[in-house]
Amino acid sequence: MTSAIPARTTTASSGEPGPRIDPDGSTTKKARKQYSDRVRAERRLGWMLAGPAFVIMLLVTLYPILQAIYESLFKFRLTAPGEREFIGLGNYAVILSDQLWWEDLGRTVLITVITVIVELILGFALALVMHKALKSVRGLLRTAILVPYGIITVVSAFAWFYAFDINSGYINSWFSWVPGIDESTNWFAEAGTSLFVIMASEIWKTTPFISLLLLAGLAQVPDELSEAAKVDGATWWEQMRKVIIPNMKAAIMVAVLFRALDAFRIFDNVFIMTNGANGTEVLSLLAYRQSISRLEIGLGSAVSVLLFVCVLVICFVAIKLFKVDLAGSQGGK
Amino acid sequence: MTNTSTKNKVLWAVATVLVLVYALFPVISILATSFKSPSDLTSGKFLPSGGTATTDNYEQILVGDAQGLFLSALRNSIGISVIATFIAVVLATLCAYAIARLDFPGKKLVLTTALAVSIFPVISIVTPLFNLWRTIGLYDTWLGLIIPYLSLTLPISIWTLAAFFRQIPWELEQAAQVDGATTWQAFRKAIVPLAAPGVFTTAIIAFFIAWNDFVYGISLTSTEAARPVPAALAFFTGASQFEAPTGAISAAAIIVTIPIVLLVLLFQRQIVSGLTSGAVKG
Repeated sequence: MTSAIPARTTTASSGEPGPRIDPDGSTTKKARKQYSDRVRAERRLGWMLAGPAFVIMLLVTLYPILQAIYESLFKFRLTAPGEREFIGLGNYAVILSDQLWWEDLGRTVLITVITVIVELILGFALALVMHKALKSVRGLLRTAILVPYGIITVVSAFAWFYAFDINSGYINSWFSWVPGIDESTNWFAEAGTSLFVIMASEIWKTTPFISLLLLAGLAQVPDELSEAAKVDGATWWEQMRKVIIPNMKAAIMVAVLFRALDAFRIFDNVFIMTNGANGTEVLSLLAYRQSISRLEIGLGSAVSVLLFVCVLVICFVAIKLFKVDLAGSQGGK
Repeated sequence: MTNTSTKNKVLWAVATVLVLVYALFPVISILATSFKSPSDLTSGKFLPSGGTATTDNYEQILVGDAQGLFLSALRNSIGISVIATFIAVVLATLCAYAIARLDFPGKKLVLTTALAVSIFPVISIVTPLFNLWRTIGLYDTWLGLIIPYLSLTLPISIWTLAAFFRQIPWELEQAAQVDGATTWQAFRKAIVPLAAPGVFTTAIIAFFIAWNDFVYGISLTSTEAARPVPAALAFFTGASQFEAPTGAISAAAIIVTIPIVLLVLLFQRQIVSGLTSGAVKG
């Protein structure tokens, strides 16, 4: 909100024939001509400045996705370029009738849902601690949680992998008192435990981002509101549920959508820890395996396109169903 | 009275320690692993066993037989990330200036495109690029990574900078001109000092994102010519086939984490404001 108001006034005033720049606009005709010249010049300058970034963004994403859609219509393997053959939607039929796709999709959705829920709760707790913390430790806390944010995902994956690994890990000996965990527990031998560690790494690395967004949301809730509720005798939990959370709904929604889209693309953690073995493959890994490892460009492209469609569906659902306003806060008009 | 405030203090101390442990434990864990000797790796202990802590792993990747592999990857990572960040920030500065200051049709289109690009699944882009890069000779080159890295760094730079630029009181520029400064002087003396922190913060965030890339790194490179650190770590196989590369990978992981920790320590405040202003403001 705060940033949008000055922006709007600046753009509005620069679009009008300002009196200080246009002192002799006494005849209306002349003024209008100058006005349209100025508007045209401003538009041209606007596109000259914004154009290069815009064109590059289109080139590096729109072009490849169109190319992927085109390639997905062919039976084409790089190792046998001569056998390239147009098969229409054949690749999609192959993928969608394969149980593997649905298993990977289910797993990806599961990871997305669990990590986002855990991150939301954990992130909210972190945000509350940072919000209420004394000035003296606030900087320290923020610095600390920026470390996981900034760390390379692959490094995070190795850190968690080595901690749990049956050979180099210490988790088994630390938690040997827990029933089911002993020296010989191999976390990466089956899907459930592997996914647990994969999600732990993902959650550790990305919760700080969500908590910073929530912190910004918390800061926008007027203090008077919760003060008033406190005076009225509301408990801490009631303040949260009735005052704080409803007032930062927009921030929560944006944070959840951003994180959900990000979690849906999960790749690095899975690649490092299991490379998709033992029922841990996710959609991104499936696409990678088809196109980069097996050089099945046609099939891989089709998986890529389907993955892209999934992301679009998530966005659509979020915007239509939950009314998440992503561009509204920034887009200006 | 004193009782509750002591209790409060203890509670806050506990909360602070918990957050610190949460944030730093995995880093300390891999730091501890990086000082373990090969025979100590399977000890099942968190810290290296007494007296066996060694810097062998660091020697192996910095001056030893894995030197070629790691140092070239480090050079690639630094070079490619810095160049991709620089290009993105320059282009985004021009673009965000136009969005914040000028009135032109399509402003919203540019912002929406940036948003759409930032939620794009990287893996969907990588297959066609892999194919194209092999055809036109960009496969396994710096430029072949710098170009797709722009899809990661440009959108967030545009959003973050547009948010920053909207908070700048641009009237100052006119005020300076009224006071007799030339257009250039007014821009340089009044606006640049206000805009520079935003540009700098954006550069740090964009650098983090480029530095973190893995998908492009493993898909579009095949040799030491362009392979960045995260990808090199994934393909690192150790000194001999009988020895797990755990120690060397941990040491390398710590080295590539040092720049992140330094940037975070120095610019914590700016990074937080940059991250939040770009995403939530309304």
